[in-house]
Amino acid sequence: MKSVGQSIRKIDGMAIAMGKPVYTEDLAMANALVVKILRSPHAYAKITSIDISKAESLEGVECILTYKDVPNQRFTLAGQSYPEPSPYDRLILDQVVRYVGDEVAIIAAVDEKTALLAMKKIKVEYEVMEPVLDFEQAIGHSSVVHTEEDLSCNFDIGLQKDQNITSSCHEEVGDVEEEFKQCAVVVEDVYYPQAQAHTMMETYRSFTYLDHVGRLIVLSSTQVPFHIRRQLARALQISSTKIRVIKPRIGGGFGGKQTGAGDIFAAIVTLKTGKPAMIIYDRKETFSCTTSRHAMRISVKLGADQDGFIRALDMQVLSDTGAYGEHAPTVLGCVGHYTLPLYNKTRAVRFDGKAVYTNKMPAGAFRGYGATQGTFALESTVNKLAEHLKMDPTELRLKNISKVGETFLTGHGVRLGSSSLDRCIAKGKELIGWEEKFPSRDVGNNKVRAVGMAITMQGSGIATIGTASAEIRLNDDGNVTLLTGATDMGTGCDTILSQMAAEILEIPMEKIIVNAGDTDTSPYDPGSYASSTTYVAGAAVVKAAEELKGKILEQGAAFLEVTLQDVEFNGSGVRTLSGDQEISLAKLAELTILGRGNLQLVGYVTQGCEVSPPPYVAGFAEVEVDRETGKVDLIDYVAVIDCGTVINPNLARIQAEGGIAQGIGMALYEQVRYDEIGKMATNSFMQYKIPTRKDVGKVRIEFEESFEPTGPFGAKSIGEVVANTPPPAISHAIYNAVGVREHHLPITPEKVFLGMKKLI
Amino acid sequence: MQIKLTINDKAVKWDVANDELLADTLRSHGLLSVKKACDTSCCGLCTIWIDGKSMLSCSILSVRVHGKKITTIEGLPQEAEEFARILSAEGAEQCGFCSPGFIMSVLAMKNELVNPTEEEIIHYLTGNLCRCTGYMGQLRAIKTYLGVA
Ligand code: FES
Ligand code: FES
Repeated sequence: MKSVGQSIRKIDGMAIAMGKPVYTEDLAMANALVVKILRSPHAYAKITSIDISKAESLEGVECILTYKDVPNQRFTLAGQSYPEPSPYDRLILDQVVRYVGDEVAIIAAVDEKTALLAMKKIKVEYEVMEPVLDFEQAIGHSSVVHTEEDLSCNFDIGLQKDQNITSSCHEEVGDVEEEFKQCAVVVEDVYYPQAQAHTMMETYRSFTYLDHVGRLIVLSSTQVPFHIRRQLARALQISSTKIRVIKPRIGGGFGGKQTGAGDIFAAIVTLKTGKPAMIIYDRKETFSCTTSRHAMRISVKLGADQDGFIRALDMQVLSDTGAYGEHAPTVLGCVGHYTLPLYNKTRAVRFDGKAVYTNKMPAGAFRGYGATQGTFALESTVNKLAEHLKMDPTELRLKNISKVGETFLTGHGVRLGSSSLDRCIAKGKELIGWEEKFPSRDVGNNKVRAVGMAITMQGSGIATIGTASAEIRLNDDGNVTLLTGATDMGTGCDTILSQMAAEILEIPMEKIIVNAGDTDTSPYDPGSYASSTTYVAGAAVVKAAEELKGKILEQGAAFLEVTLQDVEFNGSGVRTLSGDQEISLAKLAELTILGRGNLQLVGYVTQGCEVSPPPYVAGFAEVEVDRETGKVDLIDYVAVIDCGTVINPNLARIQAEGGIAQGIGMALYEQVRYDEIGKMATNSFMQYKIPTRKDVGKVRIEFEESFEPTGPFGAKSIGEVVANTPPPAISHAIYNAVGVREHHLPITPEKVFLGMKKLI
Repeated sequence: MQIKLTINDKAVKWDVANDELLADTLRSHGLLSVKKACDTSCCGLCTIWIDGKSMLSCSILSVRVHGKKITTIEGLPQEAEEFARILSAEGAEQCGFCSPGFIMSVLAMKNELVNPTEEEIIHYLTGNLCRCTGYMGQLRAIKTYLGVA
């Protein structure tokens, strides 16, 4: 293949690397109003009075909005396909504030100084209420986070708001209790994966203005332009025909930008004033007033027979969704969806979960989307089971993993289309030196080195819900334009989607114009999330390109006055099989559009997503632990990946390395923490540590390709699955080093140190 | 007040407020490669050169650079592009938001350190955060650029 499988440079790579003005803030008008938000100092309170008169009279203040000025229509900021599973539980501004940082007033002024001065002059009185801060105490707490009558859901998500339960789910196949009784070995444990901050380098931002016909134009750093359009239409109570959302280059998302943030505030300012407006969340707001990964408590119980076949699996989840329910039901469900199918020798499986409201910053979508948390819990338990069975943990996996053609208990009969997970495990063992290094060895100086491992899966798109449309046009000059709604957030999908189109059309990439992420011009696409882009949008592009190719052949045959069977397309033109007649693509395009053809050739396909084939990773960690201090150094991390066919090896490798680094952060360093009144204590890079280049050790990536029959060129996803293995693999390695099983992430030196003390 | 300085080899006179940060001044004059990603001098995205030394432009008041020579990536088209090509051939400019500041640090490092070891490279660049790439690809690009294995 000429394009697919090649490490082609990103088409926007040089521009973004050289700092060209291509991001939201760079493109905003210089005269845009500066929008700032006054935020609640209380975790739970009701506004009893709000006086904006002093602020409003300041010169340069354009508008100040409070809860009295916004439409009375609840909505969700979760960027999900309609009907969104997330509850409609928020207003643009509400009289009740539900976490420290919740929005109280919107201020728009000619410059930042004036806006900040005006903010100081707003006087607010609150009736402070007792907050729900501990998510394990949320159910049945005397305080109820959402009491409002008009909170609604599109369908039953198991919400019981008087109990602070946002969502519940239950799945059960077989008789788990009975199976546990039959098992030779049963192990169980409780895990606490923490809230993690996305910390994309470009914070949330949005620029809005009215165009020449008075439509609201929103330039947003978002992963989900179409969802933002629908969200704004509902929240602002205007028709979506009045809104256009455009995504320029964006500086990272990791799921964070699958949830709306400042768009709604800039938009309402523009609607009220008629003027361009810009909102930029500073780092503190990004840390404390957007979303994080859901903190969870996950109990896992596993039972195996004498031979090491896992027969019963029970998982119970409590998920902290914070003040609003963005992504609460779906992340909860994915804890099970993306872990339980790993092992299919089970005879009974039970999954039970609840997501609860608390008075903290909302949780939301974050790369891995529940699978990360579930993988930590399940894989840690599998490692424990291996120890009890006295089996090598890699052997235990090989014995129990689902294989191609097989089904799994909770999978409704869907057969696994592709997997090279067994090869991933074998390759990872070899690369890390498992046979020599497992479990541990003393390296002197009070230091121990040890290895640990875990496996994981994710989906590729959302089965039965995912969709993507793509359009490829043959232009008058013989070049093509690829229109897609997929949103490149640095991940490189503009590039890989054109690689796929180039491959099918047999043309060089330079002949393709990519136009993406604009709700006015792009065909519908939910956006880049749920590991969808390569698999779903890619399949749409492949089919659209094939359709266009078919039409080019037909048109060529017509112009050459031969039958379709007598022609072939070779990228530069259509010619007869005998080779004696040929029409160039440029000529064909010209005649088609400007001449007697009278029809611009277009390939247009909407691609659904019937199944969601899992990509896999086998992750192996080698750590060195200091027995004296508990300090953990990550020496080596090996991840071997099955993402089906690798479309662009370099871009896939960078995705993988970046995901592993985020997983390392989750395992060892990162944690969103609150003080006793519910104020976030980790609202800057001083308190919230993300890995620097000193902290990641050596990360090595290998691919073990499989071929997914439903994927474009055999491809599956890669973006999310790579984030999942580090917490359980590193935790396993630490246990193998010093015998400390730490179930609260992150595993800090203090925890290891205290854990070692307890062992003596 | 008015300051006189050299921006990318061009002498300019700019009016700046007393409390204005250099990063904001540069952006307001169209040097949009300068990015900011924190309020605590932690991320390195705003890295520029002052008199040839790499500095955080978010942590310096504009009034303090009166008489100085400022260089941003816009002022180093050839040198920066040479490395940017290697970086993007590696795919290590993922979202690209950290890249300009990172490249300014890498070029400064090249001027400062002779045959740096891997450890020295990592140490020199620790202040340049990147949330996308996991740093390995950036390291591969630097090694190719410096011609070390
Ligand atoms: S903006 Fe983060 S160090 Fe300057
Ligand atoms: S490439 Fe996105 S932060 Fe470095």
